[in-house]
Amino acid sequence: MNKVVNDFSIIVGTKNGSGSSTANNTILRAIFKMGIPVSGKNLFPSNIQGLPTWYSIRASKDGYLGRRDQQDIVIAINPDSFTRDLASVAPGGAFFYADDIRLPITRADIAIYPMPIKELVKKDPNVPADYRDLVGNMVYVGALAHMIHIDIEKIQAALTFHFKGKQKPIDMNFHAVQAGMEWAKANLEKKDPFYLEPMNQTDGMIMADGNTAAAIGSVFGGAQFVAWYPITPASSLAEAINDYMPMLRKREDGKHTYAVVQAEDELAAIGMTVGAGWSGLRSMTSTSGPGLSLMTEFAGLAYYAEVPIVIWDVQRIGPSTGLPTRTSQADLSFTVGMGHGDSDSIVLLPGDVFECFEFGWQAFDIAERMQAPVFVLSDLDMGMNQWMSKPFEYPTTPMDRGKILWEKDLEEIKGNWGRYLDKDSDGIPYRTLPGNKHPMSAYFTRGTGHDEYAKYTEDSSIFIRNMERLKKKYETAKKYLPKPVLHPTKGATIGIIAYGSTESAILEARDQLARDHGMKIDILRVRAFPFTAEVDEFVREHEQVYVVEMNRDGQLHQLLSLANPEAAMRLISVAYGDGLPASAKWIRAGILEKSANVKPVQKAAAKKAIAKKPSVKKNASKKGAK
Amino acid sequence: MSALPMAGVPANVNTVGLTKNDYRGAPTTLCAGCGHNSISNQIIAAMYEMSVLPENVIKFSGIGCSSKSPTYFMNRSFGFNSLHGRMPSIATGAHFGDHSLKGIGVSGDGDTASIGMGQFKHVMRRNLNMVYIVENNGVYGLTKGQFSATAERGLELKKQGTNPYMPVDICMEALISNATFVARSFAGNAKQVKELIKAAFAHKGIAVLDIISPCVTFNNQDNAHYSYAWGKDHEEPLHDITYIAPRNEIVLERELAEGEVREVAMHDGSVIILKNLEKGYDPTNRFEALRALEEAQRNNWLTTGLIYVSTEKPALADTYNLVDTPLNRLTDVDLRPAPEMIDKVNALMF
Repeated sequence: MNKVVNDFSIIVGTKNGSGSSTANNTILRAIFKMGIPVSGKNLFPSNIQGLPTWYSIRASKDGYLGRRDQQDIVIAINPDSFTRDLASVAPGGAFFYADDIRLPITRADIAIYPMPIKELVKKDPNVPADYRDLVGNMVYVGALAHMIHIDIEKIQAALTFHFKGKQKPIDMNFHAVQAGMEWAKANLEKKDPFYLEPMNQTDGMIMADGNTAAAIGSVFGGAQFVAWYPITPASSLAEAINDYMPMLRKREDGKHTYAVVQAEDELAAIGMTVGAGWSGLRSMTSTSGPGLSLMTEFAGLAYYAEVPIVIWDVQRIGPSTGLPTRTSQADLSFTVGMGHGDSDSIVLLPGDVFECFEFGWQAFDIAERMQAPVFVLSDLDMGMNQWMSKPFEYPTTPMDRGKILWEKDLEEIKGNWGRYLDKDSDGIPYRTLPGNKHPMSAYFTRGTGHDEYAKYTEDSSIFIRNMERLKKKYETAKKYLPKPVLHPTKGATIGIIAYGSTESAILEARDQLARDHGMKIDILRVRAFPFTAEVDEFVREHEQVYVVEMNRDGQLHQLLSLANPEAAMRLISVAYGDGLPASAKWIRAGILEKSANVKPVQKAAAKKAIAKKPSVKKNASKKGAK
Repeated sequence: MSALPMAGVPANVNTVGLTKNDYRGAPTTLCAGCGHNSISNQIIAAMYEMSVLPENVIKFSGIGCSSKSPTYFMNRSFGFNSLHGRMPSIATGAHFGDHSLKGIGVSGDGDTASIGMGQFKHVMRRNLNMVYIVENNGVYGLTKGQFSATAERGLELKKQGTNPYMPVDICMEALISNATFVARSFAGNAKQVKELIKAAFAHKGIAVLDIISPCVTFNNQDNAHYSYAWGKDHEEPLHDITYIAPRNEIVLERELAEGEVREVAMHDGSVIILKNLEKGYDPTNRFEALRALEEAQRNNWLTTGLIYVSTEKPALADTYNLVDTPLNRLTDVDLRPAPEMIDKVNALMF
């Protein structure tokens, strides 16, 4: 049997609420500490206790962090999902299971490893009866560790980290790991090909989820006001702000420079956020699809009254309540024109945990500079799952608070200002903040029609003038938005455009397509809407552009087609949304399927069209994923 | 230095050196005779008499006739005319920008008791430092005369028929949501309105003022049981929305005495019964306050006066232990963690 080293997936099937996350995180952290690129994904039900849940760990020597469709090692602890779990193991794979589950083993093409978890834990006098199920999870960690060679020292380090150095739980759990290891050593014969071997690919790297990264980024961005309402998968973002604020913004006098308010609903959450943004605070909220729907009316007000706020949308799959614990990229269309009437949204599209941090602080700069709501579209896969990342970097630029007039500024201009006057011809007016004591500072904000001095008016020409200025402001915004990331391939005439958490799976699919089909593909990951010039150039430069995204209707494809009508025939939608994190398998299959439909005539026409265009590669950011 | 009066200071200047004019707003665009205008005037008078700096006040409102009124007082104060029923959340967020400022919110019965009921209740329990005035007329004015949730059962409106539902009692709702200041008045009782505004403004926390403010145009009940003959001389149809008959504001001819019950005729001939709180009534007793409101409901009275006040609960900002400097004046130094903190954070990411 050929050894398969550092390139396989492990799936643990347990019951929701059974406390397996400590065990699974321990495996994940230990592999990470062995220097092997690894990712961890929680595929969980919308339930508190009892329903089946799976944790998927992928070790990848090549650094592919996307979901692997193939299940190489499956650990079955939950009788309810046992049959399904057994069937899911890839041929040649391995199946570990708790031997108190007395169900038939129907596979002969895989390695089968029963584990006497209950028995081993019962024997340990140090484990109180109440803790047996919890600690029992550590037995499979031990058995697995022995079989695939997880470094025991790294397991201990992982437990020490997890329990923040508290010796009692560390010892109790570590004993169970050791018991599992020893039992496996004495009783199991290795029949599968999977092994881990130490590497140095994670040196200097961190491991985090996107919600935590976004929260910390926001704190470094000087977040002052957060109003939120609990919703999966966004809750952990606001909760992480609560966790990190006291440490990161600690003052000697013990007082706070911020406030976090759990609102009564999403209407109030964004209402408070708008109020705080209006009064001059770095103000944010975080939510997911259903909450975003409720926030629509305030988003429209913030656009029209020109109030800076940041809205994180950790996308889950809709429509309606949808699959609350499954990922998606289907809020893009909704977000870009959010609100009734003509309105334009600034949307940031982070692609990984590092960018969740970066956009965490940058979003405030953009919002305050533009005096507009800034949406940041993350998703459940990025937000709640564990990703390897380069370390967070301290903000490189001071805070941009935008155009604000305080008392001395008004004194200088003798109070002669108008809230919506386009003094600098960039569409961005000046604002004053409540508390300004200058007698000319105040103005009356409204969602109704207003003139340059914020006075109510229904005058048609003034209305048009204001709407045109808002459009100009939106154009100005492009200057401040993050540029797309290009992953070039020498000699490529085919392109992929995507955004967000699919990047890793797309890079993997690209490598497979190159290896198996000789396709040369450039990848452009869009990081903001409105699109900047680099995106249009990329579209013009490629014969075919596959637009890959996790939704049904190809929303990014639609937006790109609208922005590049002349290239619409060359933009090919590869859209798929089943709620699971993107995998190279469907991206690859989708591209191959659509490739057959591309007619040569279009290729020729496309070539002609792109002949005179400058190279996109000079302009786009060179920042790669890994 | 002794505080001798300076020569040449006009008598109509208050202790912060402002005249009453400095508290005025834009000319009203509400109907002539609307009770809301009277309330705006009493806000102006109260703020002038209390020598409040307009820059220390933020005005808020939702949507509706009442919510337009902050335009008509205190031009020198910041203001936010927000969304229908969402004034409390806007005000809550804005308050954190500079928690030394006092809010004056003006809402209506539709804005508060229907679409905004949820936010109304929650701003009570958060005890935001704001005067929350409900200009209550039992009817939707701007959309031309539909029932509001405070309309009495049995009220008839031309296009709407008969109201089959019990009214929402705003003071009762405030009280059971743990509001710390609850009062009711009548727009025509100018002196009481002004005194209650002053008391509400001085209160640290949420102060609800439910002010009955008759709609001159739409709350027109032509078959009222208690009908005065006011409308008899007027031939013009009250329901014709293209014509708004000029009317005088309803003003009490004589102050209500303590404990007094008095019927007051509305523009349309209908009657409300005001009941001033008894002498010796203790507004710090929540149990008594609830009893007084229950009693009023049984008798079909509108109890006026300061119904409840408590100074024991901390106002919203106090529960957040904020720095003394207004948050909106903090800069990078206060808001961005030090560079070495990034390493600390990265060390936790494993």
